[in-house]
Amino acid sequence: MAYTQNDFKKGQPRWCPGCGDHFFLASLHKAMAEIGVDPWNTAVISGIGCSSRLPHYMATYGMNTIHGRAAAIATGAKVANPNLTVWQVSGDGDGLAIGGNHFIHANRRNINLNMILLNNRIYGLTKGQYSPTSPRGFVSKSSPYGTVEDPFRPAELCFGARGHFFARAVATDAPGTVEVLKAAYNHKGAAVCEILQNCVIFNNGTHDAVYSKEGRAQNAIYLKHGEKMLFGENNEYGIVQEGFGVKAVKLGEGGYTEADVLVHDAKCEDNTLQLKLAEMEWPVALGVIRDVDAPTYDDCVTAQIEEVKAAKKYHNFAELLETNDIWEVK
Amino acid sequence: MAENLEVKELADVAVRFSGDSGDGMQLAGNIFSTVSATVGNSISTFPDYPADIRAPQGSLTGVSGFQVHIGAGQVYTPGDKCDVLVAMNAAALKTQYKYAKPGAAIIIDTDSFGAADLKKANFQTEDYLGELGIDPDRVIACPITQMVKDCLADSGMDVKAILKCRNMFALGLVCWLFDRDLDIAYNFLKEKFAKKAGVAEANIKVIQAGYDYGHNTHSSVANVYRIETKNKVPGRYMDITGNKATAYGFIAAAEKAGLKLYLGSYPITPATDVLHELSKHKSLGVTTVQCEDEIAGCASAVGASFAGALAVTSTSGPGICLKSEAMNLAVIMELPLVVLDVQRGGPATGLPTKSEQTDLLQALFGRNGESPMPVIAATSPTDCFEAAYAASKMALEHMTPVILMTDAYVANGSGAFKLPNLAEYPAINPPYVPEELKGTWAPYLRNEETKVRYWAVPGRQGFEHILGGLEKDNKTGAISTDPENHDLMTRLRQEKIDKIPVPDLEVEGDKDDADLLIVGFGGTYGHLHAAMDEMRAAGKKVALAQFKFINPLPANTSEVLKKYKKVVVAEQNMGQLAGWLRMKVDGFVPYQFNQVKGQPFVVAELVESFNNIINK
Repeated sequence: MAYTQNDFKKGQPRWCPGCGDHFFLASLHKAMAEIGVDPWNTAVISGIGCSSRLPHYMATYGMNTIHGRAAAIATGAKVANPNLTVWQVSGDGDGLAIGGNHFIHANRRNINLNMILLNNRIYGLTKGQYSPTSPRGFVSKSSPYGTVEDPFRPAELCFGARGHFFARAVATDAPGTVEVLKAAYNHKGAAVCEILQNCVIFNNGTHDAVYSKEGRAQNAIYLKHGEKMLFGENNEYGIVQEGFGVKAVKLGEGGYTEADVLVHDAKCEDNTLQLKLAEMEWPVALGVIRDVDAPTYDDCVTAQIEEVKAAKKYHNFAELLETNDIWEVK
Repeated sequence: MAENLEVKELADVAVRFSGDSGDGMQLAGNIFSTVSATVGNSISTFPDYPADIRAPQGSLTGVSGFQVHIGAGQVYTPGDKCDVLVAMNAAALKTQYKYAKPGAAIIIDTDSFGAADLKKANFQTEDYLGELGIDPDRVIACPITQMVKDCLADSGMDVKAILKCRNMFALGLVCWLFDRDLDIAYNFLKEKFAKKAGVAEANIKVIQAGYDYGHNTHSSVANVYRIETKNKVPGRYMDITGNKATAYGFIAAAEKAGLKLYLGSYPITPATDVLHELSKHKSLGVTTVQCEDEIAGCASAVGASFAGALAVTSTSGPGICLKSEAMNLAVIMELPLVVLDVQRGGPATGLPTKSEQTDLLQALFGRNGESPMPVIAATSPTDCFEAAYAASKMALEHMTPVILMTDAYVANGSGAFKLPNLAEYPAINPPYVPEELKGTWAPYLRNEETKVRYWAVPGRQGFEHILGGLEKDNKTGAISTDPENHDLMTRLRQEKIDKIPVPDLEVEGDKDDADLLIVGFGGTYGHLHAAMDEMRAAGKKVALAQFKFINPLPANTSEVLKKYKKVVVAEQNMGQLAGWLRMKVDGFVPYQFNQVKGQPFVVAELVESFNNIINK
């Protein structure tokens, strides 16, 4: 069935004007329309935080649950009802601080969830405390002298948990966001999409280098599987391998030519180079960084049930009783 | 049976098998209870195992016990003390002798009473019987280890495997002592080891050897016992533990409701066997997810419930602490969920393998906000089936999380379970939103009479909606902080629970003219009943009312509690049920019997205390 964005829209969002959540929501509506799964076969499940209000603005089934538990709740929904397309939406605090355990285990189990991580590197709803993605030294209401801890890097955490899909987009970049959301849907298994976004009130400018189209032209690289990793306004830069790492070079300088530029391989089982790409500070890697097929938990659960059904002779409660040692009192 | 042997007829007898954790005492006990149940005796069993994963062999902390109580008529408990104690080593004799009645027969493996064994068990001299004051005439001292080795010398088994059969020798001896039919035991072993014929054969050989040993050397004991069968209820039976019965109750309820059964759980003693049991039954479509933590166990169950399953999460007290936020989410979203709390000793990690009733107030009140939740407590191992079925039905039909409470005693204990016929159980009809409400429906639209909201499971076109942990408008379902609406929704959630129908509180015993009404809840039923029986047999006027439905309380609660001159509330905590009843029944001031030892009540102590109350 053909859908439009409006088929997925509901209500009037109440985020601050200019908040990245508005941009992301519009892209999600668009992506869902293009994906074409019926709204009644779709569930959007969030935790708590500004961005977790999102399910209220979806014309699908949804839950705006409790802090940190979105991935666990989504896990139960997907495993109990594999026919549902499940989107799990969390902010960086919800997903990586209080919900960090569920984030890594959903990845490890490879549950077929589309896991959205809206990363503004701040706690907005509680009005401005540092988050687990805030950089070391970050000054906030709860760290007036700067934090003394290192942040998580979401891709590193995802890969460390044996995640098979990781993509990144900037909230203000609608085409880029729609593209990674569709790729996440098409990937069977846990699919993490890190969405870089602003908090206009408490952390304005945190992703400034890539927040505007012009900024992305200079400071971001759009990765495409099977294509050379070129970037810059005129594709004058490329990513090359150096030793055990990667680096950005200007073609024609230092003896580098286009022939030296790496071809992106999102399907590579080994995540070493994908991790290097995800962690580059310049340029910031956008698009699908890793997309490797693997058996999903929910498929395996279903398959195992079918296998055991075929192997065992009892298929209802009355037959189950008969599998026990029974005696008769006359 | 030799002719000069005295055969004593007993109404009931308790046998306690004890040894190292690895000695297979539970298997021996299980076979003995099955053999006895098969001839129509009533049975009640209780395992008492150590919390240590693997205490050093032969040490005092590594002793594990399994008590089997069999009776001609109904037995309600595993028995305070045993008539026969099997002690497979010195440490077992040392720690378990206190559970033997004066005059009990003691079976020991003399091969495990060497100098080193005695030292590990803290005996000071070689006269271990003397140290404990045991009359040697009551002891069947048998070199079990050596005899088992001899018996299986030609089996080709290695020594380690041979020694694993020691428990069967003891079982053979006990079977001789109680004149049990060995064929039943043999059939049990053949089925249990269907895929390991050699193991079954070796075990059978050793049981026979133990039985023959008893028969040939009977002069060392004064008598053998016979338990006749009375008050038989014809039917087909199986032995079942409380945890298994609980799992069966969920399976039965899911089948009756036509729903998938989902369990989200995290291993925790003493609830883990429910996870084990349900994980086996994939051929019934049961889905179990062993989650990353207790929180996810409950949270994933909430997700499964939203998606349309009969959702269950199983745990013990410490797990309830962690699950409480997700339980509250199910309260405010008004989704069906069963939360199983197999209570153990607390607080914190407490006594993981021991039994208490100390989570009652946690179940009733342990969440933020006004959070009414039904509470049901199973009264015996077999009642766990009925309670799990009732909890599932209540959750599904009233769109609410329900707490099902059992405890380590009920969960690990077993009883003879008359096979239920699911066709005779009440239907389970979840309040699915009627199709004709499409277009006008909102998530918190309620049945005017029951106050239950309708259930719209994802996949149904036209009923897309959002639920959540924030307060909602009672009509539109949109987020609302309106003061009047919040007050109304709080009252509606309470009213919905208060309106759930539960069976009346039943009074047993001298219901018309008791001088003392005993009141308890859940797993203490057997002990309280046994205490009542003993007192009535001694001419006292006593009645018993055991609560199974705790929230909402039965409609006749106040009437029952106020009818008798004296009421004692007996519970394995500091007075939680007494406090709850005082809160709910104006002017109710009961006597209290409170014990928090991690062990089941002792009937003799109950009787003494209750007699004192009558005589006051």
